[in-house]
Amino acid sequence: MTLNPMITLKIDGVQISVPEGTTILKAAKDNGILIPTLCDLEGLTPYGGCRLCLVEVTGSPKLFPACITPASPGMEVTTNSDRLKDYRRTAVQMLMAERVHICAVCVANDHCELQALANQLGVDHVALERNFTREQIDSSHDFLVIDRNRCILCTRCIRICDQIEGVHTLDLKLRSKNTEVIMDLDESWGNSCSCTSCRKCAKVCPVGAIYIEGEPITQTKNRDVAEFITARRNRK
Amino acid sequence: MLKAFEDAVKEFGVENICKVARTGCIGTCSVGPAVLVDPGDYLYQCVTLENAREIVQKHIVLGEPVKRILYNNEGYFQKQQRLVLRNAGKIDPTRIQDYISVGGYFALAKCLATMTPQGVVDEITNSGLRGRGGAGFPVGQKWSLVARAHNTPKYIVANLDEGDPGVFANRTLAEADPHAIIEGMLIAGYAIGAQKGYIYIRSEYPLAIQTLQKAIAQAKDMNLLGDNILETQHKFDLELRFGAGAFVAGEETAILVSVEGRRAQPRPRPPYPANQGLWTKPTLIQNVESLANAPLIVLNGWAWFKSFGLPNCTGTKCFSLTGEINNPGLIEVPMGITLREIVYDIGGGISNGKKFKSVLVGGPSGGCLPEPLLEAPIDYDSLKKVGAIMGSGGIVVLNENSCMVDTARYFTDFCIEESCGKCTPCRAGLARVKEIFDRITTGEGELNDIDILEKASEYISNASLCGLGQTAPNPILTTLRYFREEYLEHIVDKKCRAGVCFKNEKAEE
Repeated sequence: MTLNPMITLKIDGVQISVPEGTTILKAAKDNGILIPTLCDLEGLTPYGGCRLCLVEVTGSPKLFPACITPASPGMEVTTNSDRLKDYRRTAVQMLMAERVHICAVCVANDHCELQALANQLGVDHVALERNFTREQIDSSHDFLVIDRNRCILCTRCIRICDQIEGVHTLDLKLRSKNTEVIMDLDESWGNSCSCTSCRKCAKVCPVGAIYIEGEPITQTKNRDVAEFITARRNRK
Repeated sequence: MLKAFEDAVKEFGVENICKVARTGCIGTCSVGPAVLVDPGDYLYQCVTLENAREIVQKHIVLGEPVKRILYNNEGYFQKQQRLVLRNAGKIDPTRIQDYISVGGYFALAKCLATMTPQGVVDEITNSGLRGRGGAGFPVGQKWSLVARAHNTPKYIVANLDEGDPGVFANRTLAEADPHAIIEGMLIAGYAIGAQKGYIYIRSEYPLAIQTLQKAIAQAKDMNLLGDNILETQHKFDLELRFGAGAFVAGEETAILVSVEGRRAQPRPRPPYPANQGLWTKPTLIQNVESLANAPLIVLNGWAWFKSFGLPNCTGTKCFSLTGEINNPGLIEVPMGITLREIVYDIGGGISNGKKFKSVLVGGPSGGCLPEPLLEAPIDYDSLKKVGAIMGSGGIVVLNENSCMVDTARYFTDFCIEESCGKCTPCRAGLARVKEIFDRITTGEGELNDIDILEKASEYISNASLCGLGQTAPNPILTTLRYFREEYLEHIVDKKCRAGVCFKNEKAEE
């Protein structure tokens, strides 16, 4: 196995060496600096949608999504300036207000990445007007349930279905705030002919949008599954 | 109308000296249908079926123009410089012979016969042409990036996905002079070493699609597209791809996935399309207006092109001039012209004797500029400084009857509808902003709403993934900057000076 040449960059003032081509997110993580994410999941292709992992790079006025931007030699990255913290709090609030996120009655309470992030960032209330959407809940499948009101459109389920399970049952329809996760050509889940009922979508869902009926959430959630399978597949 | 003229020509027996042809749009929206008599550039306005006989009899047969219905608005064309639209309204877009007769495809022949690909790239680079799609990236630099990329095959995508409301420049170009686009793509193909091109056009433009299809077929017949173009080794093939009506599909990375046949969602850059574009191959994405400039530059040289516009921002730009104005239409002006010249000299001032209030430059994600900024010259950098953008070239003039809060709300609404739904700030953020606008325009606004608006707008423009989200708050930010007192009136006095807002409440009373 040939290793890429190593490059050196600075993240939050710490000198770090990583192989060329590593993303900023991975470089930081490997060195104990955690950048908040919601849509990114190791083992799946990066998506760059949630905008929580935005970081500042000295010398550029733009913000860069750490999950997708490769580290380059001599880069100076800031991951936790006041502005970034403020932006992250804004993003979490906007997601909370977008659809129905009421932790107390949610199946994923205490096992939700959005909730954990809100706690971590100190978002104790939502200043924006909350929306109580009436998106469809589909429980036609034998045990998988999707409550689209809790969906944050991170597309982890879609990517794991396509890239790891290889069936691409799930995808998006419509755009803007009406965007929805659908099965096949907008079938109900019970009628989906391609779904293999592999449960991976439920395992990686960061919130309580996809869950397994009658199963304790602690047992369902297994967000390392993508990384695990990808690593095993790449093993020679 | 066409038939009326044909009949009249037959009636007076002048078929052999006079040819009646359908052309593309000449750009004068307010006085259609228009008829142009050549030679002499006599333009007749608001022609009726009855006028047809009169024009043929007096003008063609007797040689006396019918002064009564001649177009009499000199100012409209005087300040314009028509390079890209040089043939609009003057040639029959359905006949390739017409295009060739005015010097069409000569530039391509010049490239193939006398210039190296690098020479063409240098020519474009020296001309200082910048991308006309809105962002203004130097065209020559883009071409040389793709030309230098090692991977093959390479592709060209011409962007004709003009989604902004009230913008019709690219459409007119495609309908009036489709071969200029094709020639531009051929030249770009030669310069960067691409052999396949796609024109991405929205399905909402049936006439433009038809015209382009015809033009492509004719070019193929004449061996201008395909293998061994003009008996050289150069190959180039062209295909149309139809958009499904999404505004965001005009974004550089979204257009690529849409051409590939997938859901039009932008992706972060890098990797840039110049290295990894269509099917991960190097791809040149260019607005059709930029491409239509290429034949002119090649034919006349970069020095000639630099004589138009400003030193650091050369050439001309097409604008769709609409709104409360006397002469709406499609105009092409040199860079550096002021907004005042556009609104008053070309546009003829505000219609119905109303007072000027604001001008929105750059489409739904442009900026609303007030009266004092009419002196601002139009080029990429000055517009950016005052909070607007060049965008796709939409200019909407608003009079005193428009409420600026409502205007900002309207354009925000558009961007919400057209957001692809991928990233949080644009999808969730804009929708929250809209709720604040709804409160303000129904009399439930609070003073700290302005702060929230400002903060959210800043967040959305900095954190969004693509140009749509990054520019979407522009109307909000500029109206807050230049028309703040109107927001305060809405919130404190519950009053709308234009009488647009609070309508529902009045109805209830």
